[in-house]
This record gives sequence, structure tokens and C-alpha cells, in this order.
Amino acid sequence: MRLRDVGRSAILAEFEDLDTVLGYFRALDADPVRGVQEIVPASRTLLVRYDPAQVTRDSVGEWITGATALPPPDPGEAEEVQLAVRYDGPDLADVAEHTGLSVDEVVRAHTGTPWIVAFAGFAPGFGYLVDGDPRLRVPRRAEPRTAVPAGAVAVAGEFSGVYPRSSPGGWQLIGTTDTVVWDPEGTPPALLRPGVRVRFTAM
Amino acid sequence: MPWLEVVRPGIRTTVQDRGRPGFAAVGVGRSGAADLAAHDAANRLVGNRSGAATLEITVGGLAVRTVGPVSVAVTGARVPLTVNGSDRPDHALLHLAGGDLIEVGHAVTGMRSYLAVRGGLDVPPVMGSRSTDTLSGVGPAPLTEGDRLLVGADVGAWPAEEIIPPPPAVAGPTVVRVDLGPRDDWFTPASIRALFEHEWTVTPESNRVGVRLHGPGPLHRARRGELPSEAMVAGALQVPSGGAPILFLADHPVTGGYPVIAVVDEEDLSAAAQARPGDRLRFRARPGANPHP
Repeated sequence: MRLRDVGRSAILAEFEDLDTVLGYFRALDADPVRGVQEIVPASRTLLVRYDPAQVTRDSVGEWITGATALPPPDPGEAEEVQLAVRYDGPDLADVAEHTGLSVDEVVRAHTGTPWIVAFAGFAPGFGYLVDGDPRLRVPRRAEPRTAVPAGAVAVAGEFSGVYPRSSPGGWQLIGTTDTVVWDPEGTPPALLRPGVRVRFTAM
Repeated sequence: MPWLEVVRPGIRTTVQDRGRPGFAAVGVGRSGAADLAAHDAANRLVGNRSGAATLEITVGGLAVRTVGPVSVAVTGARVPLTVNGSDRPDHALLHLAGGDLIEVGHAVTGMRSYLAVRGGLDVPPVMGSRSTDTLSGVGPAPLTEGDRLLVGADVGAWPAEEIIPPPPAVAGPTVVRVDLGPRDDWFTPASIRALFEHEWTVTPESNRVGVRLHGPGPLHRARRGELPSEAMVAGALQVPSGGAPILFLADHPVTGGYPVIAVVDEEDLSAAAQARPGDRLRFRARPGANPHP
């Protein structure tokens, strides 16, 4: 782990890999301290924003370095979201070709093991899902689409994700869900928050 | 309750408060007033709590009609201000009658003015804030002609002073203090020197997401490769591959894949948010940062 100051009210903690990021995110999220306002995970880092009027940088740094990464919670303990998917995406055949699987095997791989929301980005409510079946690793499309519909279920690299609203996008589209993953009026507004376990089911 | 009716929305006017912190982990940034100091000052002049929503008027051109008596104040960028065609002072508390027409002319200096009304603007909050986030699309839409803005009840005590000093006119570049990092090690020593030794000009592509800067030349990287995306903050000076820095403001993306060479002091971010295209910024290293062991 390495800590870097981000101005005078945030610290960026750098880690070797995403698993370690998530382990520390779980540990710090479960053990909040006064003055820490926000923890933002990304693929190799956690950003910890704090209020310097309430807590010193050094005590925030010690809180981070003193934490012990937590393993993923056992099934049944983590918050789990089930997403019913119609596997009708326009890139389903391409994903099958890339992976050497049949279309049915792609669907079984995507639904066979739970995914975990690692971090958010790109758009409000877009969660990067990891820990899925490693056979599903495919490149992004050579040409991103200018409009991907809301609810599109996609894969790219080590990730899967659900487009919260219509937007441009370059991931491979394998299906569609009717579940609303982003509602600014909802409590909470995002269904796919870091740490949440996601299980896809085929409709 | 009285309300304001939008006669002309101006070039771009949005509702802003102190933003919606706490949602970056689900992809939504803080947003809020780009110049928090001016937003707070406007609220203080009308006796509001600092969380009350104001209008952020970009460059100017706004006209609103009061429906019912209201007390207002305009702060931030210096603007010609009239009520029913007569000049009235900015940075001052004004008591208006119903049917009065407030017109905010084009800013003489600065980019963003704030119009506060006693009680705050009661547009429906989204995720705990009335701010318009122009990047994520969360919050109320920018003002359009005919909008009715209800006045709320977000009041505190009346202020001790009814006039405050406007921001001083800046001769020459705006000096902005920064702390280097978190990714200054991605840049050559010569480029880090260039950051401090040269003036940086604000380009017309600037907006609430960020102030895009033009300098003597690109800032060069000391290393190859790509930075995995990481969380960003307001005040971050991010340097895309072209080498021209962007100073992130209130509506910055929550994550980014380009290295941040330095972060602007929160106290100086308000002044930077008032820089207009063609204005110059000069960065100065803040003293006293002791590196982590």
C-alpha cells in the first residue's frame, strides 16, 4: 500500500490489485471514523475524502494503514441483487466466437457464478462487476456504439455491467434487463453499489 | 409563498446549493456552486442558511419577475444590476415588491454571479441537493423562459450587514495555490517547473466541469503507460495525453484515467472558477506540506 495526498482534504491509497482494493474498502467502510466523508474505490486505488477541520491527515493515514483487508463476505451475508436478463444482445454471437463457447455456454457462464460490484464510474449508477467467470473476458468493441439502450447488459475485459440509461458505449452487449438499476428519486438511487453481489438469471 | 418567474434565462443559469457529497462511489459527483464563497455570501446577505439554493448565473443575461415581495442579493462576478430599469447595487441586500423586474446584465469581471432570495429556491431536491450537475444530468434542468421558482423557508437570522465588499478587481493573472500530487511523479521535472513558471490562459472550452488551460506547451510525462482510472476531486489539475491541464470544478467526472499533477487549494478554487476565457492563472506551490512517510 502507498498513500498519496490529494490536496489537503483527501488521501489516495494505492494497492497492488483490485482484490486488495476491495478488501480494504470492505474494512474501512465497516469501520468509519469521524471526519471521513467518503471512500471512493477504483481499480487500483481508494480515495478517502476527509474534513481537515474534524480529523488530521495523519490520523486518516493511520486509520487506512492500520486496517486489515477483509475477505469477501460469505454467500448469504452480502447484500445480493438478482437481475433477470433476456440474453438477446446484438453482440452475443461475437462474444461466443471470441470465447470459443456456444451462445448457451456464454449465458450459463454469465449466470453461473455471482458477480461483485467493484466500483462505479462512467455514468451515474454504472457499476463495474468483477469476479465473474474468467472465460467471459472479451475485448471492447472496435467501434463503440453511439447509443446503447438503458438496461443493456454487457461484458468487456474482466468486467460485466448494466447501462443505467441510454448512452454511448463500447462494451459487448449480451442481453437486456428490465430492472431499473439507477433512479435518482430512489433510496438508495443506485442498485449496484460497491460490495453488492449480483446474480444474473436467464429469462 | 412568493415566487420568481423567469423572463429571460440568460446564457446559462442553473440552481445550485452546496452540492450532494457522498455519492461518488455510485458515480455521481458533488456538484454545487462553482464559486462556493460567492454562493455563501449571497445567502448570508439575505439571512439564509448556507445550504439554501441560489441561482448561478453564467456570464449574465438573466431577467426574473417577482411574484410577491422578496428580499434578494447578487454576488460573485460583477454585473450591472437593475430593478424595473433603475440601477441597483450588487453585493447588497435588496427588498423588492411583487411585480418587480430584476435584470442581471453581462458580467464586467468574473464568470458566475449568484442570486439569492430570502428563503432559498424551493425546487425539488434530488439525492439531497437542488444542484444541477451538468455532467451527470442529476438535479433540476437549467432555467428556461417561463419557469416558476418557488421561494422556500430556508431562513436563518437577518445579517448584521446589508452590504459586503465585492471581490477586488484582479490586475494580471489570478494566483492559485496548489499542492503537488498525487501523480506529479508522472511528469518530467522540467514540466513541473513549467507549471509554476508560466502563466496559463483560460480557454473558451471551459465550463462547470473544468477550466481548460492553454500554456507555453504541453506538460511532458516522465513515464509511459496508462494510469488505471482513479477518483478525482474538485481542484484537481488533470493532464490528458495532449499535455494541456484541466482544472476540475464542481461538475468534474468522479473518476479519470489521466494523471493529476497538482490540486488547487479549496480557498482558491472560487477565484479560479471566476476566470473567464482569456484570463490567466498562475500556480504557486503551497508551503508546509510534509510528505507521508
